[in-house]
Amino acid sequence: MSDSNGGTGTRRSVARLWIQGLLPLALLAVLTALFIRFGPLGVFRAAFPPLEDLTIERVRFSAPGEIEVFLVNGGPEAVTVAQLIIDEAYWIFEIEPGSEIPRLERAVISAPYPWVDGDPLLVTVITNTGVTFSREVEIATLSPAPNARYLATFTLLGLYAGVIPVFLGVLWFPFLRDIQRKWLHFFLSLTVGLLIFLGIDALHEALELAEEVPAAFQGVGLVVVGVLGAVLGLVAAGNWLRGRGAGGNDRLWLAYMIALGIGLHNLGEGLAIGASYAVGKISLGAFLVIGFAIHNTTEGFAIVAPVAKERPALWHFVGLGALAGVPTIFGAWLGGFTYQPTYATFFLALGAGAIFQVVWELGKLISRDSEAGWTAPLNAVGLVAGLLIMYTTALLVVA
Amino acid sequence: MAALFSRRDWFKLSAVLAGASGIGAALGLRPRRAAGEARELLQSHDPNAATAVGEVSTEDFDPVAFLTEFDYGRVSRLADGQTLREYEIVAVDKEIEVAPGVYFAAWTYNGQVPGPTIRCTEGDRLRVRFTNSGSHPHTIHFHGLHPPEMDGILPVVMPGDSFVYEFDARPFGLHLYHCHSMPLKRHIHKGLYGAFIVDPPAGRPEARELLMIMNGFDTNFDGDNEVYAVNTAAFHYQRHPIQVEVGETVRVYLINATEFDPVNSFHLHAGMFRLYRTGTELTRYELTDTVMLCQGERHILEFELENPGLHMFHAHQSEFAELGWMGFFDARRPIVASAGSRRARQGGGS
Repeated sequence: MSDSNGGTGTRRSVARLWIQGLLPLALLAVLTALFIRFGPLGVFRAAFPPLEDLTIERVRFSAPGEIEVFLVNGGPEAVTVAQLIIDEAYWIFEIEPGSEIPRLERAVISAPYPWVDGDPLLVTVITNTGVTFSREVEIATLSPAPNARYLATFTLLGLYAGVIPVFLGVLWFPFLRDIQRKWLHFFLSLTVGLLIFLGIDALHEALELAEEVPAAFQGVGLVVVGVLGAVLGLVAAGNWLRGRGAGGNDRLWLAYMIALGIGLHNLGEGLAIGASYAVGKISLGAFLVIGFAIHNTTEGFAIVAPVAKERPALWHFVGLGALAGVPTIFGAWLGGFTYQPTYATFFLALGAGAIFQVVWELGKLISRDSEAGWTAPLNAVGLVAGLLIMYTTALLVVA
Repeated sequence: MAALFSRRDWFKLSAVLAGASGIGAALGLRPRRAAGEARELLQSHDPNAATAVGEVSTEDFDPVAFLTEFDYGRVSRLADGQTLREYEIVAVDKEIEVAPGVYFAAWTYNGQVPGPTIRCTEGDRLRVRFTNSGSHPHTIHFHGLHPPEMDGILPVVMPGDSFVYEFDARPFGLHLYHCHSMPLKRHIHKGLYGAFIVDPPAGRPEARELLMIMNGFDTNFDGDNEVYAVNTAAFHYQRHPIQVEVGETVRVYLINATEFDPVNSFHLHAGMFRLYRTGTELTRYELTDTVMLCQGERHILEFELENPGLHMFHAHQSEFAELGWMGFFDARRPIVASAGSRRARQGGGS
C-alpha cells in the first residue's frame, strides 16, 4: 500500500489498515454469536453427546488402606463421575469438589481401598454414560507426603543427580584454559555433541510425556510452543542485551544460556526422577546415583567450555553451576509431590529448545574461531565423541 | 472373629452408607467423614466398602418389585376349553440405569430390562402380539416346544411392524425368551430378554417365589461387561435385602442372560438349595450351594433358611460379585398369624 499521500492520507490509510485487520475478527464474533444463539444447525446436530475425555493424571497412595485418584476433564463437555472400580471391583468413594467435572477442571477421588504394597493396581472411573477411563499403577507403594523426610530425600536426590555432577564438570575449567586452541575446539565440538544428545533426549521425553497430557491441553502443541518459545526467546534476549551494550562478553553470555538450557533440562529430569521415585519405579540404588553423576558431569564441562579462554570471576562459576544444577532439586520436589504431565512436558520442551539454541550458538562460535569449523576432522571426531559419551553414560541410568 | 454379616453389622453399615442425607449426598458432600467411617468398615472386615455409591432410581423399574411380578396375560377360553393367554409386547429403545448413576442405552421389551415375566401352565395356548417400536429389527425367540414358524427367527420384525406368536406352552419348566435378530450378541446384551415360566399342570408346592435373571452390561462397548447384576441394578439386593421368613420355602427361578461371559453362577451363603435343572422334572437333581449356568441356561432353586439374619448370595465368580452381582436374603422370624398362609401363585389366572 502506498503511503505517499501525506499526513491525512497516511492517517486514513492507518485507519483503513485497522479496519482491514479487524473486519474478519468482527465477522467471526458475529458468526459465533449467531451460532450460539440459534444453536447447532442441520448437519451439526448430533444424536449423541460429545465424546467424554477424562484423564486420570495420578493415583496417590496416601496411607495404608487409602488411595486418591486425580482426575482432569480434557473433553469438550462436563463429565459426571458415577462409580469407581478398582481392580474390577466397585468401591465406595468420595469426590471433591463434586462428581460433575466441568471442562478443563479437576477433581480428586478418595477411596478406602486396602491396596497391597508392591502389587500393580488398575483404577477405573465409570461416568454416567457408562464410558470408562482407566489408569494402571505398576507398583502400589506409599506416596511421599510433603514432610521433612521426603523433602530431604528429594533434595539429596537433586543434589546427587544434578548439582554435584554439574559443579564437578565445572572443575574442568583450568584444564580447558590451558590446552591448545585446536584441542579446545575439539572439546567445544564434543560439547556440541553432548548438547545435541541432551536436546534430542529432552525433546523425545517431552513428546513421550505429551501422550499423557489431557487432550484439551494439547501435549504436542505444548512441545512446539515450548521448543520454539525457548529458542526465539533466548535469541531475542541475547540480541536485546547486545543492543544495550551488555554484550561485551558473548562467550560468558553463551555459557549462561547453556547453563539455563541445561537447567531447564535438569528441571524436567528432576520432575521425572521425583515422579518415578514417588510411584515406586526408582529405588535409590547406588548404581543409579553413580550413573546420574557421571552422565551429568559432562553438563558442567559443556557450560565452561565456551569461556575457557576468558577470565570470568569466580562467582560466575558458582552462578553457572547453580543455574544448571539447582533446578534438578526443584524438579524432584515438584515431581515427587505434585506430578503433572502437563507441566513436565512444557519444561522439557523449554529445555530442549534452549539446548538447541545453544547448539546453534556454539556452532557459530566454532565456525568463527577455526577456519574449517564443523568440517575439521578433529572437530567432527569431537562431536561424535560427545554423542558417544552421552550414549555410554546414559546406559548407566536405567530409569 | 465375629460373624461377617450379623444383623448388628448390617445396621451399622446401613447407617454409615445411608448417612444423614442419602448415600450419594453423604459421600459426595462430606467426604472426609465418610472416608473415616469407610475405613472403620474395613477394619471391622465389613464387606460393604466393595460396592457402588448411591442408589438407582426405582421410578421406572423397581428390582425388588420385579422379583415377584409374574404376568399371566389376558386370560380367556378357546372353544375346546383350552386356556388362552394373550400378551402385548412392544420393543422400545430406552435408557436404563444399570448401576447408581450409570445409564445404558438399552433395547427393551415393554420398556424394562429384563422384559415382563410370561407365566402360564403347561398346555395353555399363548398368543403374543409383538410390535417393534425400536430403531432396529427385532424378534421374540421362545425357548421350549413350538413349530419352527413360531420360533422367532423369521420373520424379522422391522421397526413399525408387528407379528403374532401363537403356540401351546410346553414342556413345563423354566424357559426364557429373547430377541434373535443378528448380530445376536448385541441384541441380547442390549437388554432384549425375559423369563418364560411354564408351570406343571398340578402346580408346584407352595413357596415364596422369586425371579432372578442374571445379566450384565457392557456400558463402554468393549466386549466386556462393566456391570453385573441379577435383575439389572448392580448391588440392589445388597442395599435392599430380599425379605423372607425363617423356615419358609423360597423358590428362585434363576436364568442366565449374561452376554460375553460363557458362564455365570449362583452361590447361597449359610444355606443349601435343592436344584431342579431347567425345572422340567419335579424330582430334585441335587442339594448344593453353588450352581453354574451357561448362557441361556436356567434352573429352579428351592431352599429354606434356618436362621434369622442376612444370607448373602452372589455369583461365585468373585469378579462378577464385585462388579455388582451380589445381594442378601434377610430372613426374619415369621409373624405367627400369617405363617403358612401363603399359597404358591402358579395357575393364578385359571
